[in-house]
Amino acid sequence: MPAVQETVDQVRSLDVDQYKYGFFTEIETEKAPKGLSEDTVRFISAKKNEPEWMLEWRLEAFRRWLTMREPDWARVSYPPIDYQDLYYYSAPKRPSELSIDDIDPEILATYEKLGIPLRERDALLGIASGGTKVAVDAVFDSVSVATTFKEELSKAGVIFMPISEAVREYPELVKKYLGSVVPVTDNYFATLNSAVFSDGSFVYVPKGVRCPMELSTYFRINERNTGQFERTLIIADEGAYVSYLEGCTAPMRDENQLHAAVVELVALDDAEIKYSTVQNWYPGDKDGKGGIFNFVTKRGDCRGDRSKISWTQVETGSAITWKYPSCILRGDNSQGEFYSIAISNGRQQVDSGTKMIHLGKNTSSRIISKGIAAGYSDNTYRGLVTAHRKATGARNFTNCDSLLIGDKCGAHTVPYIESKNSSAQFEHEATTSKISDDQLFYCRQRGLDPEEATALIVNGFVKDVLQQLPMEFAVEAQKLIAVSLEGSVG
Amino acid sequence: MALLDIDNLHAKIDGEHGKEILKGLSLKVNPGEVHAIMGPNGSGKSTLSYILAGKEDYEVTDGTVTLDGEDLLEMEIDERAAKGVFLAFQYPVEVPGVATMTFLRASLNAQRKKRGEAEVSTPDFLRLVKDKAAHLGINQDMLRRGVNVGFSGGEKKRAEILQMAILEPKLCVLDETDSGLDIDALKVVSEGVNALRSPDRAMIVITHYQRLLNHIVPDFVHVMNKGRIVRSGGKELALELEANGYAEYQQDAA
Ligand SMILES: Nc1ncnc2c1ncn2[C@@H]1O[C@H](COP(=O)(O)OP(=O)(O)OP(=O)(O)O)[C@@H](O)[C@H]1O
Ligand SMILES: [Mg+2]
Repeated sequence: MPAVQETVDQVRSLDVDQYKYGFFTEIETEKAPKGLSEDTVRFISAKKNEPEWMLEWRLEAFRRWLTMREPDWARVSYPPIDYQDLYYYSAPKRPSELSIDDIDPEILATYEKLGIPLRERDALLGIASGGTKVAVDAVFDSVSVATTFKEELSKAGVIFMPISEAVREYPELVKKYLGSVVPVTDNYFATLNSAVFSDGSFVYVPKGVRCPMELSTYFRINERNTGQFERTLIIADEGAYVSYLEGCTAPMRDENQLHAAVVELVALDDAEIKYSTVQNWYPGDKDGKGGIFNFVTKRGDCRGDRSKISWTQVETGSAITWKYPSCILRGDNSQGEFYSIAISNGRQQVDSGTKMIHLGKNTSSRIISKGIAAGYSDNTYRGLVTAHRKATGARNFTNCDSLLIGDKCGAHTVPYIESKNSSAQFEHEATTSKISDDQLFYCRQRGLDPEEATALIVNGFVKDVLQQLPMEFAVEAQKLIAVSLEGSVG
Repeated sequence: MALLDIDNLHAKIDGEHGKEILKGLSLKVNPGEVHAIMGPNGSGKSTLSYILAGKEDYEVTDGTVTLDGEDLLEMEIDERAAKGVFLAFQYPVEVPGVATMTFLRASLNAQRKKRGEAEVSTPDFLRLVKDKAAHLGINQDMLRRGVNVGFSGGEKKRAEILQMAILEPKLCVLDETDSGLDIDALKVVSEGVNALRSPDRAMIVITHYQRLLNHIVPDFVHVMNKGRIVRSGGKELALELEANGYAEYQQDAA
C-alpha cells in the first residue's frame, strides 16, 4: 500500500508545525437544538444543502421510527436511552481553530503506546464524520492528503467522498443504492440513522476497476452528548475490487454516547469488496461508567453472480456492541466471509456475529469468530446461517472459538441454522477455552510479564483472523489487543 | 558466594490442607557446577524446580533460597527469569498460534528489557536462532509452528534446550530432559547442554537414568527422597543407584 505509506509519511513530516500550539483548544461548535423532531431532521438536511428528495427520505424514516420499539433480544443490558436528551448534529464553527490537540491526552497516550500517534492515523482517513469532520479536513487541507487521494482515485474512475457531497454530486447513484441493502424500515437503529445521519463515506468503483489503494475512513466522536450516526455506502460495479478500512475512537467521558451507524455494500457480477474494521471506541472505565453504545447495522449484498464480500473486524472498544455484519448471497456462486475478533474487558458487553443468507445457487460462506472475554465482561457470538428454498448447493463453514481470561467473565455462542434446501451443507465448530495457569507460568518463566504473556497467548488465539487484515492494520490490531487486555490478569 | 543457596526449605501445596512436599531441603550450587538430582517418583524433584521458578501452586513455609545473595522467593516469576533462572520443563506447555520463533524473540526481548538492555535486532536474532537450531537438529518448519504444538516428545525437549541456548541463563534447571528422547536425540541434546557449560553458569539436572549422566557428567549427584536430600556424592553415586535402586534410602526415611 504505497499510497497509504506516503500519506503517513507526509503527515508525519508536517505534524511538528501542525501541533506546536497549545493543547486543549476549546472548540466552538454549531449544534442542532437538543432533541429529536421533524425540525431536527430538517435542520440536518438544510445544513447539508440536501435536495428535496433526500429530506423526504429522511422524514419518512423519522415517521417510521416513531412507531418502532427499541430491540431487547440481545444479551446486553443498559439504562434506557433518552433520545430527546441528545444532540443530533454538531460541527465545529471555525474549522481552523480545531486541532488534534483537542483530543483527550489519555487517548493520545493510548495511541502513542500503540506506536500510532493519532496524527499519523489521521493520514489514513479520507473522510470523517460528525464532530470530527473538520478536524480531519483541516489536517488534510494543510497536507493536501485528500487531494492526493482524490487525484489518484479519479484517474482510476473511483469516487470516494463524504456521502453528503455524493448526495449532491451523484444523486442518481445515491438514489439507486441508498437503503437498497438496509431498508429504511430495517430495524430501530437503522431507521433512526436513516432519519438523522450526518455524514459518512461514499464509494463507487466502476466496472472492471481494481481500486488502486486501500480506502480508509476514521471515525471519531468528539462532542459531549452527541449521537453519531454515520452512513457508509460502497458500490463495486461489475468486476470491480475495493478494500476499505474503517477505524474508530472516542474520548473518555462519564456519560454513555450513542453510535448508530449503517453500512451498506453492494457487489455486482464478479465484484469483490473487502471491508475491515478496527473498532476502538471508548469502552467505559473499569466500573462500567461511560463508554459508547455501538448499535450498528452493516450488511453486504452480493447482488451479482460470482461476487464476493468479506467482513473482517477487530472489536476492542465500546461499552456495548450490538453488531452483525451480514452477507446476502443473492447472486449465483457468490461468496460471503466474516472474520471477527471481539475482545471484551472490564464491564464491556459484546453481542456480535453475522448473518449469511444464502439465496442463490452454489453460494458459499465462511465464518471465523474469535471471542475473548476478560474482567467482568460478557461476550456473545450470535450467528444466523440460512439457505433459501432455491439455494441449491449452499455451503457454510462456521468456527467460533471463545477464550476466557479469569473467571468473572462470560462467553456465549448462539448459532441459528435454517435450511430450506436439502442440498445445503452447513458445518459448525465451536470451542471455549481458558488461558491456563500452566500456559501463563510457562511464558512467565521465559521472562514475559503477565500482560505480555496474556497478549501473546491471545494473539496466538486470534492469528487466523489477524491474517485476514491488510498488513498495516494487522500490526495495529495486534498492539490494540495488548492494550485492551491490560489489567485483565494478575 | 554460592550462585544458588537453598537452606532448610519447607514447602507445601498451596491451600488450607495442602500437604507438605519439601521437608527441609538444603543445597548449595556454585557457578560452573553441574548437580544431578535423582530420586524415586513423587519425591519432590519437580516441585523443587517449580519452586525455584516461582510457580504459584506452592507455599514456602520455612527456609530460604538466595540467588547471587538475593532473596529469590521474593521475586516475581518473570523477574527470576530475567535474573537468569531457566527451567526446562518435564512437560513443556503448548501455546497454539504463537510461532516458536515469535515466542523466542518475545522472551529474549522481555528479559533484556528487564535488565535494561537493548532489544536484539532482527538480523542478529535470526542469525542466533539459525545457528543454535541447527546444532540441535531443529528445522525451520518447527520454528514456524506454534510453541510445542504437534511436537513429538523428543522435539519438545530439544525445543526447550534451544530456548535455554538463546536465553543464556545463569542457572539451568533441567527436569527429566532425557525422558522421551531416543538414543540419537539424547546425544544431540546432551551436546547442546554441554555446549552451555561454562564457569559462570550452573546446572541442576533432574533425571532417573544414569545414562544421561554419561553424556552430561555431573560434579555432584544428590539423592532426593520424601522432600529431602538424603545423600550426596560424586558422579559414581549415580552408578551405585543404577545398580541398587532407592530401597535403602526409602527404608532410612521411613
Ligand atoms: N499441584 C499439586 N497438587 C497436588 N499434589 C501435588 C502437586 N504438585 C506435586 N504434588 C505431589 O507432590 C509429590 C511430589 O511431586 P513431584 O512432581 O515434585 O515429584 P517428582 O519427584 O518430580 O516425581 P517424578 O519422578 O515422577 O517426576 C507427589 O506426590 C505429587 O503428587
Ligand atoms: Mg518430576
